[in-house]
Amino acid sequence: MKRREFLKLTAASGLLLATDAGVSRASEAKGPSPDAVGILFDATLCIGCKVCMVACKRENSVPGGALWTEGMTRPPFEYNPGLRNWDMATDLTSRTLNIILTYRNGTGNTKNAEIDGYTFVKRHCMHCAEPACVSACPVSAMTKDKKTGIVTYDKDACIGCRYCQVACPFNIPKFEWDQAYPQIRKCQLCNHRLKEGKYAACCEFCPVGASIYGKVTDLRAEAERRLAQTPGDFYDYPQQRVDSFKTVSSKVARYQKHIYGVNEVGGTQYLMLSGVSPDKLGLPKLPERSFTAKSETIQHTLYKGMIAPGVLLAGLLFAAYRSGRGHEGEDKP
Amino acid sequence: MSHVHTPVGGPLFTRVFAIALVVAGIGAWFLTQRFMYGLGAVSNMSDGYPWGIWITYDVLVGTAIGCGGYAMALLVYIFNKGEYHPLVRSAVMTSLFGYALAAASIFVDIGRYWNMFNIFKPSLMNFNSVLLEVALCIAAYVGILFLEFFPTFIEARGGPGAAKGYNKIMFILVAIGVLLPTMHQSSLGTLMVISGDKLSPLWQSGLLPFYNVTTAILMGFGIVIFESYLSAVAFKRPFETPLLSKVAGVIPGLLIVYLVVRWADLLLRGALGSAFAGTAGLMFWIENLLFVAALAMLMPAARRTSAKSLCRASFVLLLGCAVLKFNMYIVGFQPAPGWRYFPSVPEIMVTLAIVAVEIMAYLIFVKKLPVLAAPEHT
Repeated sequence: MKRREFLKLTAASGLLLATDAGVSRASEAKGPSPDAVGILFDATLCIGCKVCMVACKRENSVPGGALWTEGMTRPPFEYNPGLRNWDMATDLTSRTLNIILTYRNGTGNTKNAEIDGYTFVKRHCMHCAEPACVSACPVSAMTKDKKTGIVTYDKDACIGCRYCQVACPFNIPKFEWDQAYPQIRKCQLCNHRLKEGKYAACCEFCPVGASIYGKVTDLRAEAERRLAQTPGDFYDYPQQRVDSFKTVSSKVARYQKHIYGVNEVGGTQYLMLSGVSPDKLGLPKLPERSFTAKSETIQHTLYKGMIAPGVLLAGLLFAAYRSGRGHEGEDKP
Repeated sequence: MSHVHTPVGGPLFTRVFAIALVVAGIGAWFLTQRFMYGLGAVSNMSDGYPWGIWITYDVLVGTAIGCGGYAMALLVYIFNKGEYHPLVRSAVMTSLFGYALAAASIFVDIGRYWNMFNIFKPSLMNFNSVLLEVALCIAAYVGILFLEFFPTFIEARGGPGAAKGYNKIMFILVAIGVLLPTMHQSSLGTLMVISGDKLSPLWQSGLLPFYNVTTAILMGFGIVIFESYLSAVAFKRPFETPLLSKVAGVIPGLLIVYLVVRWADLLLRGALGSAFAGTAGLMFWIENLLFVAALAMLMPAARRTSAKSLCRASFVLLLGCAVLKFNMYIVGFQPAPGWRYFPSVPEIMVTLAIVAVEIMAYLIFVKKLPVLAAPEHT
């Protein structure tokens, strides 16, 4: 190969390293696995009792739970020194992994109405199909279970770099800023209870069936059935689990015709139905193609088989060697 | 022509050194607080802004300032411009400090530092993670920089020419020493792609890797000029004006390429709508005005002939690139309504302490080791 051609090739691979050439090819959205489990939260049913928050904190403050710390004697309650109250979290923190928040507008009289209405919304980890935190973590401390799709955290791998927090489009992972030996905390869909044959505590203890647990495919079908009902009609809402025989008949509310979590960033295993549009409830409008896919496409285009870096290195070796021979007898740096 | 490097000599404990020592001491005190009571005790970082100035300044800007060695190696070895040789050694040394201290800052910043070496465990490595590439690549580069600088130690003991044998393999180190910064400086840009909509469209782009590596090279050239000026003044040595004005001649072309790509990208994505609101909008204009100003100050060849104007222009360039990097990681990062970040006093003091350590190390090294090119008497 002539020197000029060689240098050209080198420059081209260098350019490839520095840009995202060839990124236009969209990666296929995988969607949840058939065995993936998740939660369907129906905001129109939620009465804001926060029993799910209490259950979450209690059931996760045991060995294996998402809030467990070696030697803990009681759940990690929140203390707000300004208001001097205990465990009245106002947002997700490293001690509160599941929260019920209130939406209020105008007079706040009508349930599920966007104007002059109110509603409750439940926030916790979405267990994304293409989780940004899992893609971001350099040491595989965040992993997504191949079967259940649950995104779990391993403190023994974690270096505390907090890139998962930067990456998450829902701002879910929380860091223990007040600890000398901190961990990342997030909802792990009661993974430890699953192993005991139980399921997510927030669903088990929800008294009105606002949160139900089940396979994502079943949850999606259930959500679609609810959207197909006529507002004002009665519908048999399953309690606790989507496959439960226990149902409660209630009046169907006026839903937003959108199941949040089906298409957002490649799909999530937490699905939400509501009367108020999701972005008003703190669930951001997101594109179908995940940022995770974008980032991975750039990275894998540049580093596929280490070809581009390899070619660049060969060119650099050649150029540096030539340059060195040209200055024979001179001092190097 | 042979290039001889000599130690500058003179007393070590000067006033500048003493001030740097005090600043380093204050930073060290805050660091003990950080390790005893956690990151929240000293920093304003939060779950909304998990990365503050320790990452943005100490790592992102710090390594870009440390790109002097990278930029000069590109010029001297790859583009075959041997005439710039006298500038290489001090550039490599500044790079070594910049990168070593960036690595040290990471240790301070990460919450579970005792697990730090997990990034080297093959069973845990996640090859989808941009941060893994950055971490491994920076770690490797610190090693390469040390090996590139090693002849200085050999010469310090054996005199000029003692490192001749070692220099035979130098071309390998130089080639790897250009490859690695190209990789991790572009990845430091890719790092923010996954944050998606949380980063303002003024910065969020598939071209972030290109922007970050280009500005790292620009900062590399900028720091070579700026540092040469400062050391000429501080040690009362002649300023290598002709040589440095030639180095400065490389900058305008690179700046134009950067600005054309950046603005074409902004216009094609229709991102400018966000440029007229809030702090982010203001900082966007400051960033771009600094780049344009640096270009105006360096474009006419006549302006590249005086030491003072070169120093001034390189400072504006460094500032512009630094503002871009702050915008990319902090100012343009808007995770959700309600989150705010401005660094705390202890956070700033720790960062200043790191700069102070860098200055002290620089003073010790140039005074005791043959780093700076001996003034030529003609």
